[in-house]
Amino acid sequence: MIPLWMYLVVAAGLFVIGMFGVLSRRNAIAILMGIELMLNAVNVNLVAFWRYQTPTKLSGQAFAAFVFAVAAAEAAVGLALIIGIYRRKRSVIADDVNLLKW
Amino acid sequence: MELTLFVIVGAIALLSAVMMLISENAVYSALFLILNFAAIAFFYLMLDAGFLAMVQLAVYAGAIMVLFLFVIMLLGADPVRHTTPRKLRWLPKAAMVLAVIFLLTASVAIIRGDVGAVGGVAPTLTADGQPLSFGSPAHIGWLLFTRYVLPLEIVALLLLVAMVGAIVLTRDSVGKRPPVVRRLANPPAELERPIVGESGQS
Amino acid sequence: MFTVPSLSDLNLAATLPATLLALGASVLLVLDLFVPKGRKALTAWLALAVLGVSLIVALLSLGDVVDLGTGEGAFFGLYIADSFTDAVSVIVLVTAMLGVAVAYNYLERTGMQRGEYYVLLLFSALGAMLMGAAGDLVTVFVALELLSIPLYILSGFRWRDEGSEESALKYFILGAFASGFLVYGIALIYGATGTTAFGGIWAATRDLLAADAATKYVLLLGAGMVLAGLGFKVAAVPFHMWTPDVYQGAPTSVVAYMSVAAKVGGFAALVRVLAWGLPDFVLSGQSAAAWQSTVWLIAALTMILGNVVAVAQNNLKRLLAYSSIAHAGYILIAVAAMGTAGVANEAARAVVIYLMAYAFTNVGAFAVIVAVERDDGGHTDIDNVRGLAKEQPVLAASMAVFMLSLAGVPLTAGFVGKWFVFKAGLAADLVPVTVIGVLTSAISAYYYLRVIWFMYFEEGEGKAQIAWPLAWGISVAAIGTLILGFFPYLLSDMARGIALAFGG
Repeated sequence: MIPLWMYLVVAAGLFVIGMFGVLSRRNAIAILMGIELMLNAVNVNLVAFWRYQTPTKLSGQAFAAFVFAVAAAEAAVGLALIIGIYRRKRSVIADDVNLLKW
Repeated sequence: MELTLFVIVGAIALLSAVMMLISENAVYSALFLILNFAAIAFFYLMLDAGFLAMVQLAVYAGAIMVLFLFVIMLLGADPVRHTTPRKLRWLPKAAMVLAVIFLLTASVAIIRGDVGAVGGVAPTLTADGQPLSFGSPAHIGWLLFTRYVLPLEIVALLLLVAMVGAIVLTRDSVGKRPPVVRRLANPPAELERPIVGESGQS
Repeated sequence: MFTVPSLSDLNLAATLPATLLALGASVLLVLDLFVPKGRKALTAWLALAVLGVSLIVALLSLGDVVDLGTGEGAFFGLYIADSFTDAVSVIVLVTAMLGVAVAYNYLERTGMQRGEYYVLLLFSALGAMLMGAAGDLVTVFVALELLSIPLYILSGFRWRDEGSEESALKYFILGAFASGFLVYGIALIYGATGTTAFGGIWAATRDLLAADAATKYVLLLGAGMVLAGLGFKVAAVPFHMWTPDVYQGAPTSVVAYMSVAAKVGGFAALVRVLAWGLPDFVLSGQSAAAWQSTVWLIAALTMILGNVVAVAQNNLKRLLAYSSIAHAGYILIAVAAMGTAGVANEAARAVVIYLMAYAFTNVGAFAVIVAVERDDGGHTDIDNVRGLAKEQPVLAASMAVFMLSLAGVPLTAGFVGKWFVFKAGLAADLVPVTVIGVLTSAISAYYYLRVIWFMYFEEGEGKAQIAWPLAWGISVAAIGTLILGFFPYLLSDMARGIALAFGG
């Protein structure tokens, strides 16, 4: 049987890759994909915790379902914003929209 | 056996995530992300969450990523250029440092944290010795409509808001034809612009 | 096996303010389709009516005039109906009403008038209210998204405008990034405690600490990530970078509402998570909760950075953005004070009092900028208010009231808020951070008074466009700021019923 920590470490790895993607990619769509990856890593965590810690209560799975829905809503709004910007600038490079000017 | 399977799927998940990150071409990124989501769906199956595995494939790898690909194709997002302006040189490095620090912290907390203390074995029996039944769709649906009915309603409103928002943000202005229709009506202009994968930089 | 609960199990009556708002917003979305273009005043009035009805119910419940089943959970404990919920609802609803009043003329003259604006504003107000009512981390997460996503959309409401669209994208990307952190933190808390309900987390934390289980490291990491996710919402350093650019780029009427609503929602959720879920998360050898030192450190950094950078700003929207960062720092003093057992109730009250004072003052200040701003979105520099007192004496006087209140001068609401926050900080023995708070308040007086100086003592062509709803909004905000300043008991009475459900 696979110990729980293996799932968690893989999930942490995915989360970090997504995080790095958000911080380092310059293409707004790629940044959005990084965010989706982060949310997926969270779901792996939730389901693994559910399976190993509280398998009789399904709350982890229910939470994961909500994360799905929120991810879908975020993707819709994010892509709409990107389309709006692209229309004006003909570019989806985040630098071109001064995104990283902290 | 199971461990071998886990290592293989885990490697696919991590590798496809890394490939998504380093692909210059947005379409490749999206395809690697779909592979990654499929691997995660496999994890869900290994964790006895069949319903979520199904949803992961249908909604995530299916619907959401198709939306991504559709937008990429529609916009013809040029591959990210190699040159980074000088003022931003430090950023990926700083992000890398940050990411490594975070990964170390999380791993240490998780491994030291001793979660799932029972020898790291997932329980298969309930406290009174019955075999566990894992979330059937019926069971999850029942839970969503009873205990979790409030978040369910909020999420319903959230999807409504996202829909309204997507329309508000992309409708150019009242009374004019939306530009997408205009562009499709003028194919020659459309063809002059490089679309994804044609610029040969990937 | 699948028993269906009856409707009375949901305890819908206790959630009446939120339910009414949700219904009203949904109906308004449909009704707006039948409101002809050019008569969107009707939509604005209907939005005000929905908010008003909800506000009256919340006020009645807060004043214990009607008993909606206060103190009980609704929706199986995922919604807590108590005084804190009612107080947060009142603050959010007042902010939203002012936000609608401020927006109408502005949208009209800048050509942004769309019915969806008001509907989205109502939905985000609902999200902020639900964050205050959350009894479970699931509710916190989805309510946060319901608060944030309409705000991302509203930030990008000015079409084909570079600043607005970019600020929306920036806000969206960083906001989604932060909610990723938040939900990862929630997953870790769930893993460490086996539940997402605050009551369960509280009980599990006690067991965990009693057994000295190593799982507490996971809980610590989870709490830290939740803090980061919510810290972003309230614009605390080091998660503040989005604030100045977003505030500058987004339509001013949106900023007037968002600068308060996002803060109220974020702080309400912070209070719920930290004071309801993790008040007893005390590591061995310490006297206060494990998160206290982190929170006061963030508070100190936030106050210092916000106030110092604000001094150098010449754009009024940027100036108020840094000022709003600084104010997040003051409120964080009270949040940190909640970590000391015995002070938690007082500190939670201080948070509510500060937010109420801040709501009137900050919406009012941005409303004045709305009046000064030109149709093209320009003209928001401090130079543009030169000599405003000659042209628009009443407007300038209102702005002076707001600036004095933000600076915390006695007899204004801002002073009362600061007073309670610093008192809570001292009660919790957080002397250094409270001293930093007082010192940085003194710094802040410089840039707030500078605005007043420009309005009254500099020669210039200060011009403003005021129409009726905007004037009402500014008047209500100014009168509210003064009344709360003259009668602090109004605020302390409003917060008196707030008490922690567990521990405390």
